[in-house]
Amino acid sequence: MTISTGSTGSSSTAGTSSTAGTRRRYHLGSTEIVYLALIGILLVAGVLVAVQGGNLFAQQNISYMLTQTSLLGFVAVGQTLVVLCRSLDLSVGYVVALCSLIGATTMAGDPSRVWLGVVAALAVAAAVGLVNGLLISALRVNAFIATLGTGLIVKGFLDTRFKGPEGEVPLAFQTFGYTRIGPVPVSTIVMLLVAAAAFVLLTRTRAGYHMFAVGGNLDVARLSGVRTGRALVLAHVLCSLCAGVAGLLIAARFGTGNALVYSYGLDLDSIAAVVLGGTLLFGGRGSVVGTVGGVVILAVLDTAFNVLDVNPFFKDVLRGVIIIAAVALYARRQIDPASRRVRFGARGSVPRGSDAA
Amino acid sequence: MQLLVDIGQKVPTLVVMRADDDAHTSSPDPVLRLRGVGKEFFGTSVLREIDLTLYPGQVHALVGENGAGKSTLMKIIAGVHRPDTGTIELDGPAVTFPTPLDAQRAGVATVFQEFNLLPDRSVAENVYLGREPRRRGLVDRRRLHADTTRLLDDLGLAGIASWTRVGSLSVAQQQVVEIVKAVSYDARIISMDEPTAALADQEVALLYELVRRLRDRGVAILYVSHRLQEIYDLADTITVLKDGNHVLTAPAAEVGPDRLVRTMVGRDFAGFFPDKPADAVPGEVRLALAGAGNTMVDDIDLEVRAGEIVALAGLQGSGRTEIAHGVFGIAPFTRGRMTVDGQPAQVRTPRQGVRHHLALVTEDRKSEGLALGQSVLANARLVLDAVLPRASDRRSRRIAGVLSSLEVAPSTVAAAQDTEVQYLSGGNQQKVVLAKWLVTEPRVIVLDEPTRGIDVGAKRAVYDLMRTLTADGTAVLLISSELPEVVAMADRILVVRDGRIAGELPGGSDEAAIMALATGAA
Repeated sequence: MTISTGSTGSSSTAGTSSTAGTRRRYHLGSTEIVYLALIGILLVAGVLVAVQGGNLFAQQNISYMLTQTSLLGFVAVGQTLVVLCRSLDLSVGYVVALCSLIGATTMAGDPSRVWLGVVAALAVAAAVGLVNGLLISALRVNAFIATLGTGLIVKGFLDTRFKGPEGEVPLAFQTFGYTRIGPVPVSTIVMLLVAAAAFVLLTRTRAGYHMFAVGGNLDVARLSGVRTGRALVLAHVLCSLCAGVAGLLIAARFGTGNALVYSYGLDLDSIAAVVLGGTLLFGGRGSVVGTVGGVVILAVLDTAFNVLDVNPFFKDVLRGVIIIAAVALYARRQIDPASRRVRFGARGSVPRGSDAA
Repeated sequence: MQLLVDIGQKVPTLVVMRADDDAHTSSPDPVLRLRGVGKEFFGTSVLREIDLTLYPGQVHALVGENGAGKSTLMKIIAGVHRPDTGTIELDGPAVTFPTPLDAQRAGVATVFQEFNLLPDRSVAENVYLGREPRRRGLVDRRRLHADTTRLLDDLGLAGIASWTRVGSLSVAQQQVVEIVKAVSYDARIISMDEPTAALADQEVALLYELVRRLRDRGVAILYVSHRLQEIYDLADTITVLKDGNHVLTAPAAEVGPDRLVRTMVGRDFAGFFPDKPADAVPGEVRLALAGAGNTMVDDIDLEVRAGEIVALAGLQGSGRTEIAHGVFGIAPFTRGRMTVDGQPAQVRTPRQGVRHHLALVTEDRKSEGLALGQSVLANARLVLDAVLPRASDRRSRRIAGVLSSLEVAPSTVAAAQDTEVQYLSGGNQQKVVLAKWLVTEPRVIVLDEPTRGIDVGAKRAVYDLMRTLTADGTAVLLISSELPEVVAMADRILVVRDGRIAGELPGGSDEAAIMALATGAA
């Protein structure tokens, strides 16, 4: 995985002895922590549901959980790439809505036009991502503002052009929304494939390496010959494409496109999932595997709240508390050990080699 | 991957050049030659007519006081700055480096003081960043690590594993990784800016070994350092810069430490500084530290009395500022005792510092001293309003008086209310910072580089102010890299080296004596 556990790196050379204050301890990697947290939440939620006489792990609950996972999963996997580059994409929610409409209206109920609809939706998504990436890298507009702006533009277009659900998705494509293999929806499998592709991108390709570099330190990346703009634009295009796929999934589920999807809060939820997954909001560190964990955590919470019949407003309070608590926990771990390092050898407090005596 | 380096092939030819041994007499062809290089910033000339020649297999030390122009010269070689005059010749023909990357690709690598590494990535990923080996479109991780491991082994650094996260390495090892990265570019010239500044004593050995190994492979090394010991340990040739001028280049064996220090310092500043009042006798102890220390400094003992100016001299990074930060609670001391006016003082935050009647005029006025987009008046009231709101009413009446006594450019309160600090000159900005602290009526004021980057007139005003403060019984702790300022203004001079007080000298001491203590030559 892209995040190495701290302990792998503590080999010290002959000339450097470890200083007195630093004890060597095993540190869990962020990804492991995410999945430990997931297990913990599953246990707690499972027990709470069982106390009320339910079963969190009943097939219908598992299916609901996984269905929730796939929609947010697409968006969050894309968002991971962007956040790793120390950028942000607030336009994803609107892109999802736009693509659901473009897909559905292009297909217009005709099974032979399914591929045309898919291609059209993804092309538009890629175009929005390209604009985002260029605004941020070439015009140096702050990512928050740039993507908020493009998001608003898309929203304005949606609100004026579409008055309600429009278009019709042929049954053949609706299977993408509904088909299951056992309890596992096809859409979840597709989402995991996309996540796997992103994993390979980040850990096995130059483009992925360069995204980490751009997010870690833009100057270092540039001075090492990385084409920083290209990495950033690619991340944004891929992020928008992922949002486009999520839009197609919505269309497949509803049978039509719907502009109001943008009010689902996918933009902020995806960022929450990315951060829950252990990716640093300041870029340079993180992983897709963690993000998938973060998405599942949110889906488990959502399912548990539903089964427990928690008041929807209080649900948001709980979600907020959990997200903040998780990130506060990571923040404690992510204080850079280098910044705490003893700068000058304090003579006397530093154990010297035995030959010094 | 054509950029990958096979050092094994390159070395023999370069070593042969050196085989005749005495490089000075046999004079192999220089790899890099600067001729008449000059540089101006905003009309101020910082380098004039610099000649510098680097030979393969030699370590060339570049020395000089703070502000002598060493960093600028290094940045010119690294392609960060372009020279205004003169030429850079690489293997004969004149070259230009439009960007640092161009210099790097031409074999000229620079290891700056700030690390240019990604702490969250592995050693291998850092070394080959931007040039990752590929196989069928994917990064060839096996080869990436194999190449890095071979590079590390070749340089005798088998103790560093290629997959180690850089952030988990020691500072020395990180420095070494930077140098390995430079070597991986097939660098024939590596310049290092104070590579040992951040290293503990026992870590320096690792760096020494690497520098010697590179030298033996025929790499030309430009080594900037303040530490005389290192220069004599490593350098074949020494070049001294002073105030932007090239004053000496000679084989290291021919320049003794005394002569070197004398060449670096020594200027005539007579009559520029206000005289010490003849009848002044320091009063009671205002600030005292006994055995104070934290992760950055240790065993600090010092006393500053009412009406006294005590200077902390030393090289950049020696720990002077860290002592000030400890006193003022920015990076509090974790050991030892501190007393203010005889009372034990626990200062854990700057706010507590203010409440103990301490003041700290920070080194970097733009980022730490001022709210640039706010008015002069707002800045001057900042500390009062934030920390002493009840005293604010009474003392805010003093603000106008303080501003006018400092002769800050907007001379009326109305003008001070309308003028944003960012539009003032450096000198006036510094006066606003001073005013901000003076209105709190501090008993101890720490001035960290109070005259950096301000004009002569403003400097004189700061010096006059220091005399006024001491006449009123304030204790002044002055931190300065400008030795003439330290010598002329301070009653006592504490020299800081490697986070400790290396020695104390009386005011008016010889600059060379201070330098000797600061560099460890004494």
